[in-house]
Amino acid sequence: MNAFEAVRVAMRALLANKLRGVLTMLGVIIGVAAVITLMSIGRGAQQQITEQVQSLGTNLIFVSPGAQRQQSNVRGAAGNAQTLSYDDAKAIGDTFNGTLALGVAPERAVMGAQLIYSGQNLQTRIVGVTPEYQDVRNFHVANGEFISPINLDARARVIILGDGVAQKLFGDTDPIGQTVRVSVFGRSGSNMQVIGVMEAKGGGAFQNLDDQAFVPLTTVSSRLQPARTPKAADMVSTITVAALSEDEVNPLIQGVGDLLRTRHKVAEDDFVVSSQQDFLATISQVTGMFTAFLGAIAGISLVVGGIGIMNIMLVSVTERTREIGIRKAVGAKRRDIMSQFLIEAIVVSAAGGIIGILIGTGLSRLLSQLNMGGQSIPSIIAPDAVILAFTVSATVGLFFGIYPAMRASRLNPIDALRYE
Amino acid sequence: MNIVKTRNEVETELKTPAFDLKAPAIDRPVTSPPRPGAEDPVAGELATTTDPPVIRIRGITKVYELGETTVHALRGVDLDVGRGEFVAIMGPSGSGKSTLMNMIGCLDQPTAGTYELDGIETSRLTDDALAEVRNKRIGFVFQMFNLLPRVPAIEQVQLPLLYSGTKNKRELAVAALESVGLGDRLNHKPSEMSGGQQQRVAIARSLVTSPALILADEPTGNLDTRSTEEILALFQNLNRERGITIVIVTHEPEVAQHTGRMVHIRDGRVHQDQTVDTPVSATDILASLPLEDDD
Repeated sequence: MNAFEAVRVAMRALLANKLRGVLTMLGVIIGVAAVITLMSIGRGAQQQITEQVQSLGTNLIFVSPGAQRQQSNVRGAAGNAQTLSYDDAKAIGDTFNGTLALGVAPERAVMGAQLIYSGQNLQTRIVGVTPEYQDVRNFHVANGEFISPINLDARARVIILGDGVAQKLFGDTDPIGQTVRVSVFGRSGSNMQVIGVMEAKGGGAFQNLDDQAFVPLTTVSSRLQPARTPKAADMVSTITVAALSEDEVNPLIQGVGDLLRTRHKVAEDDFVVSSQQDFLATISQVTGMFTAFLGAIAGISLVVGGIGIMNIMLVSVTERTREIGIRKAVGAKRRDIMSQFLIEAIVVSAAGGIIGILIGTGLSRLLSQLNMGGQSIPSIIAPDAVILAFTVSATVGLFFGIYPAMRASRLNPIDALRYE
Repeated sequence: MNIVKTRNEVETELKTPAFDLKAPAIDRPVTSPPRPGAEDPVAGELATTTDPPVIRIRGITKVYELGETTVHALRGVDLDVGRGEFVAIMGPSGSGKSTLMNMIGCLDQPTAGTYELDGIETSRLTDDALAEVRNKRIGFVFQMFNLLPRVPAIEQVQLPLLYSGTKNKRELAVAALESVGLGDRLNHKPSEMSGGQQQRVAIARSLVTSPALILADEPTGNLDTRSTEEILALFQNLNRERGITIVIVTHEPEVAQHTGRMVHIRDGRVHQDQTVDTPVSATDILASLPLEDDD
């Protein structure tokens, strides 16, 4: 029996019981559609996050404090140490600005800060920065002005609000020129004048860039978090360095590392230098895992669909025992019966696979066009996911079809003919 | 009415070149003169090489194990059926008749003994080799017709050809259906046909591969008198006109009287083997039946 005839026989058997065929396929359809939809969403999310990170600039390197070995020899978590100083940032700028680097932006985050304006409290992230921040981070003021070198020297009580913060506190009122009170950990805090509002950047991958406010770096240690020692006053939480171009990123990482090692006079690095590329690699690894995880969950439903096929094929073999007997009596060999039932299983699963692909791609397109609360679900229909889902569904049919087909092929023709 | 012969006489008669497929013989003499030396095994072997019998069974036994009990279904059967013979195998239920039929049909294999079908020793063949023997050399006709549900007649008849890989399936199937008088019902499904018509489709299916033997298991068991006679007339015609060897398994003496030879099986052995001197002509009976619509 050639393949064409085998497929025709299989189609006839399936068409003889359409409802059952469709229900059997449903398992595979749902499985394949789920794999494609979820993987498309995963890919979409991956691309969106990557694009967001890239929009911040791919030429950035970040210097963060490393683990600090305390006297008790307990190593603190990376980033907790206070090993980076404003002077480190200045030294990096002095050494590399113009050669490898575009600019250096030290930051000091203020924990537990609240903004108070006309009776409203707003908990937000307050960051002490220098005038370079705008250009290094490619994040500029939309209205008013940013921190000036004069503000920095004067430890001025000025504040620049993120777009989201300005909206929440002031609504339609123009915030520029207004005074807000900045309170840290419930202390009464100090009044600061709003001199600018940042451009809206939208929700970032890991933090909302619009939901923060900026003050001069020097103002943090003098007014918001008064330091006990000069060293503590000088401390910064991150130093961001912008390389002249992507080509300078690696030499810059090397140079900054060497410089800080010399300055800190330590055997073991008490800081971590990482690049945006490292960050991107990590993100794509994480989102890749996320996608694979979604795919695996959907894959389980595909396996369940396969078991459904096996179940129906076993029923079908029993129901058609007599037919198998007739076929064997007129000369069907084991492999003829085997291939007949295998092809039937594969036709069911492959047809289910094709329908599943249509539904899955349709659903992903629909989802990416849906607007849910201002945010759409990005989805990218990955051709490899489509091919994978189809191959897996056909393989599922093959795999789960083998056992029923073998049962059919091993039937004794006498018993099969006598079967009622 | 029937002359009962001894087994030896029958065997002797069977060894004679009974029939030539290519030259349809009409009015074949039921009794041929005994061939000299037919009893001699060597002469018998020689006869086999020139014109082997279609069926040559020697001492086959079949033992089933049913749980703790052992059933001796066949206790040593010898049987020869020559080319062009029309034989009825008879016997009460439990006689081993069905087991013998399964052996002849290569659906089952004997515990001991040998069975040559059309010159091929089949008793030790593999399942697939048996399938091929069934496909090429045996045409089956069953009591329950055993057609595939929802499949038109033309495809029912093509089924054996599907497994033999024959090229001109459709033409052969059409010819077979025409030879059983169903040339105008090629696309009818079993549900759209009468029992007699369904059985004729089954006969067409058994004919289509030009087998050495047509094996019919109670072919008229589910049919009324008229359809029974029609089917038997068809068998008689195929046997006489085209020289096709036919073995019918039946428990109805009326049916057996249409054949040329009756083999009675009892307790797993050949009990009686008799030639029917003047077989009943199904055509004559049909002529005597009151006329009625075919469908």
